[in-house]
Amino acid sequence: MTTMRDMTPYVVGRAVPIDPGASGQDGSSRAGCSVDSSWAVTMLRIRHFELKINELFARGEVRGTAHLCVGQEAVPTGVCAALRSDDYVSATHRGHGAAIAKGLSLYGMFSEILGRRDGYGAGRGGSQHIACMEKGFLGTNGISGGGLPVSVGAALSSKRLGLGRVAVAFFGDGVANQGAFHEALNMAGIWRLPIVFVCENNLYAMSAPVSSFVAGGSIARRAESYGMRHDSIDGNDVGQVFEASRRFVDLARSGEGPGLLECLTYRQLGHSKSDKRAYRTREEEAAWLKRDPIARERRRLDGAGIMPAADFDAMESRVVAEVASEAERALACQAADVSTLYDHVVPEAAAKTCGGITCPS
Amino acid sequence: MTTIEDTNTSQQRSKAGNMTMMNMVGALNLAMDDALRTDDSVVLLGQDIGQDEGVFRVTADLLARYGKDRVIDTPLAEGAIIGGAVGLAIYGMKPVAEMQFSGFAYQAFHQVEQHVSRFHNRTRGRYPMSMVIRMPYGGGIRAVEHHSESREAYYAHTPGLHMVMPSSPRNARALLLESIRCPDPVIFYEPKAVYRSFKEEVPEEPETMPIGKARIAREGSDISLIAWGAMVRPALEAAEDLQNSDRVSVEVVDLLSVSPMDTQTIVHSVAKTGRAAVVQEGPRNCGIGAEVIARIVEHGLMHLEAPIKRIGGYDVQFPYFARERAFLPSAERIANGLREVIAFE
Repeated sequence: MTTMRDMTPYVVGRAVPIDPGASGQDGSSRAGCSVDSSWAVTMLRIRHFELKINELFARGEVRGTAHLCVGQEAVPTGVCAALRSDDYVSATHRGHGAAIAKGLSLYGMFSEILGRRDGYGAGRGGSQHIACMEKGFLGTNGISGGGLPVSVGAALSSKRLGLGRVAVAFFGDGVANQGAFHEALNMAGIWRLPIVFVCENNLYAMSAPVSSFVAGGSIARRAESYGMRHDSIDGNDVGQVFEASRRFVDLARSGEGPGLLECLTYRQLGHSKSDKRAYRTREEEAAWLKRDPIARERRRLDGAGIMPAADFDAMESRVVAEVASEAERALACQAADVSTLYDHVVPEAAAKTCGGITCPS
Repeated sequence: MTTIEDTNTSQQRSKAGNMTMMNMVGALNLAMDDALRTDDSVVLLGQDIGQDEGVFRVTADLLARYGKDRVIDTPLAEGAIIGGAVGLAIYGMKPVAEMQFSGFAYQAFHQVEQHVSRFHNRTRGRYPMSMVIRMPYGGGIRAVEHHSESREAYYAHTPGLHMVMPSSPRNARALLLESIRCPDPVIFYEPKAVYRSFKEEVPEEPETMPIGKARIAREGSDISLIAWGAMVRPALEAAEDLQNSDRVSVEVVDLLSVSPMDTQTIVHSVAKTGRAAVVQEGPRNCGIGAEVIARIVEHGLMHLEAPIKRIGGYDVQFPYFARERAFLPSAERIANGLREVIAFE
């Protein structure tokens, strides 16, 4: 019987210096860097949205579970900054950040997660079922790997219809071991689709570390098998994420085919609301806290003379207030009514022939 | 080892020796511990079942006791977990695979449908697929869709599979142990709403009960109420309420396994009471309830004094937490359904 021992230690596709001390001072990689605070605002909105969700759980306003992306904000922020508003994005179960970065409203998302009528899915789906096709957001997804084939289809439609749109499929490190990942990459490869697969590698698939659960030692290098360009970058450096994304997205848009971008990051909280985090050490967590993407961007803006730290903090206070106010608005929104449970389950014409079953009041 | 036919009889209890109060999580853990201890061919596999002890901690301490070769943490790959279990089973091992939620098992459905259910038949009986696929199912934990659904009908509809759904700690332990020992593949649907909701005495000694045999969870004479899994508790509660409020005596049949289905126990009960209702948690269309009713009609139509009532989920996606209670059959809804059948003349 094969055991999980003796597997190759995990390495990234190319050497990536992840040195928090050096961030913000490396002028050479800053050519395309934001000259304003827009990335910081997006990351702060994601961070404080997630923290507010956490608080709403603690208050008993939301039940079940939620998967929060605190610590990973730079990835969706940098990637989506490289996209056009009509490009497509599919996200993961930890997908609030991608949704916000793609332009979904905090109010609509709070409403959805709180089960309110004004939610993106009329308050029926919750955290893992937030979608807004009008904004090119194909949805967060309750199933690991569920979004990858869907993004392939979106990219194919863009190519067939000549829309010039690029699809991005976010996925976690665990999904690199799912069949759907390989099926999607192969299809994108053979059809040279305008798609970028973005791995949010936060080192653990729930409790399973990439170091012992990814054969061959690299997720990014798996792209080579599908004839696809790839890169591994520091996913906690929003500038680096943007740069790499822009490169991959531009190539995809210009007909140069798909790519896989692996962003190394870290989820600062547990996998879900019930995670004891027994699989990782507190020391490791502390080390990654020092690489916090928002603190790094704050230092960069200050160091580059774009925004003094005091102004950044004032901006953060404004974001905190905005998030709180949107959450309060959502809390005040009417809960989705039980009488609407049968709405949109099947097309209206079919619903009329469903046997006259009435919904409970 | 003993076999229980009816967990209600004190005679069986005394035969079983020392008893311990435990919830369903503890009882399932005990069954896997029994199996790992007594059969070297048994291996557990699934995501996060080792150090993390499973999403619901059902595999607690088993990695420490039996080691990484027998309690195997797998990558996130439901299809490969079940496909891998097929390969293990072909060569005489007894895999007990865990899906984190029944809603994630669709990723593995092709393996279940194409291989698990067919190998015995395809190899003309030479390679039975002796394996158990455990998965928590059902609502009541106020989670999202994939974490709350009841789709037992998919598996019951597939020839070649057993579909087992325990309702209490003791029968969960006995049925899981029996399922692991069973030479056929068993889909073992664990009602997660019941996991920690109540405790029951469970014998320390290994105990099994036969697959395909229903139990009378409560005797009664006026109407038969057929339930399974998580619905047995509210069914019993409704029966008690109706006894107190309406002086109606409800017999509750707990299917325990929905495939094979114990037609005899169902029809025998209906022959006694003359009226029947079925309660199912899953969507109503083409559910197990429809199969129960078909069997009553086929084998006991002339005993019926009233149309049979279906009480259950609705044909909609499982609603988000705030509307969950409107979807799940409650004791009150069940009691009202029973009253309709009783009122029919």
